[in-house]
Amino acid sequence: MKDKAQSETLLSVDNLSIGFSQYIGGLKRRTIQVIVDLNASIGHGEVVAVVGASGSGKSLLAHSILGILPGNAIMSGRMAYGGEELTAKRQAALRGKEIAFIPQSVNFLDPLLRVGKQARIGFDRKTAAARQRELFLRFGLKEKDGDLFPFELSGGMLRRTLFATCVREGVKLIIADEPTPGIHPEALNEVLTQLRQLADSGAGVMLITHDIMSALKIADRVVVIKDGRTVEVAEASAFEGQGEKLAAEYTRNLWRALPENDFDLMFAGDGGNGHVA
Amino acid sequence: MSLKGEGLGFYYKKDKWIFNKLDIKISPGEVKGLSGYSGCGKTTLGKILAGFIEPQAGTVTVDGAPLPRKGFRPVQMIYQHPEKAIDPRWRMRQVLTESFTPSRELVEALEIRGEWLGRHPIELSGGELQRFCIARALNPATRYIIADEMTTMLDAITQAKIWHVFKKLCAARNIGVVIVSHEASLLKRLCDSVIYLEDVTAKGSAA
Repeated sequence: MKDKAQSETLLSVDNLSIGFSQYIGGLKRRTIQVIVDLNASIGHGEVVAVVGASGSGKSLLAHSILGILPGNAIMSGRMAYGGEELTAKRQAALRGKEIAFIPQSVNFLDPLLRVGKQARIGFDRKTAAARQRELFLRFGLKEKDGDLFPFELSGGMLRRTLFATCVREGVKLIIADEPTPGIHPEALNEVLTQLRQLADSGAGVMLITHDIMSALKIADRVVVIKDGRTVEVAEASAFEGQGEKLAAEYTRNLWRALPENDFDLMFAGDGGNGHVA
Repeated sequence: MSLKGEGLGFYYKKDKWIFNKLDIKISPGEVKGLSGYSGCGKTTLGKILAGFIEPQAGTVTVDGAPLPRKGFRPVQMIYQHPEKAIDPRWRMRQVLTESFTPSRELVEALEIRGEWLGRHPIELSGGELQRFCIARALNPATRYIIADEMTTMLDAITQAKIWHVFKKLCAARNIGVVIVSHEASLLKRLCDSVIYLEDVTAKGSAA
């Protein structure tokens, strides 16, 4: 998968910065800078994981690629998709078609609409039913599952339904925002397998997550973000041992802090801090 | 001396038991893991042990006495989503001091910054909010704590840091802890023993 991955850049984000303009009494305004210097790229057939602490700007990266930032956001930097600049106009034309977004929560499904119907939204009315059945088949859902409401589905089935509503044929770039937290291991593996398959069929996948272990199962490269900055872009294979192959100290700490690795050993020598009788 | 659930049974739909005839016991200072499929009743069992919901069958006792219905609860619960467990219209100072005034050492150990106290919950991140939930759960009268997916939404470094402090604090005060999680590696790190709820629901006893 690697040789194909590096061949051609599908999406590149260079020097992205995002700030929010806020009113602080009267007509006085201030700008809060949340993303300072973010860089990422994805090739065809590649899974790129974006990891970092909550509040580090992971989701904002996704929203800026899709062009769905709130109105008071001020953005600068350069984004290119398929070799051309990704303008607001192109974003509007591409999202939901070539660029798919899988949102964080299954709460994005309509609780009062049968899931089959939800997957038909946006299709031509004559062919919608047939295409929905195809999609369900592709994501391992049964035909009669389409008659169910979201509350009748298990966590894993809900995720697959979300995939069916988001990922359409002709999709080239998939942005998945935290698709894994709070689901049991079996459903988790399903989601990961699904994303890997999409990449293997030629699409680029951006997997935004704080679950490094899961991300490493399918990712080719990992973009590590801290406080709105890219601290490192590492090959997935560099995450091993004590993290000797990782360039940034923050990435090494992130790796070592996993319960599978050193966990809290790095805080063991914290002296007075944490010692409370 | 222990937190004891005996013959616990619970259902949402009549006679469709999520679990039944379940026995569980946590001693002071013990760290017990609770694992199982999503939807198998982990959180429900936690809420029953903390006295937030009544089981349809069985009883919960704390150090020999039934759970108090009034006043401070000796079994405290910490939730997965701190933003859902904090009044959004309070400032963080109120949240922190609701049940008691934590010592400066405790506040410092959890790395709660003074500048956060004047803010509303929406102005803090999940990891920052969770520190307040932990601090307020550590009232001097607390005997047991149910930590329900306490660090699931946190990055690895914050997770390790919070558990490191939490473990120390609970051990120092001999507090019994139930850790609800489906992350096997985390439970292995932290717990004396782990209960797999789906096994228990088949057999009955978790003690």
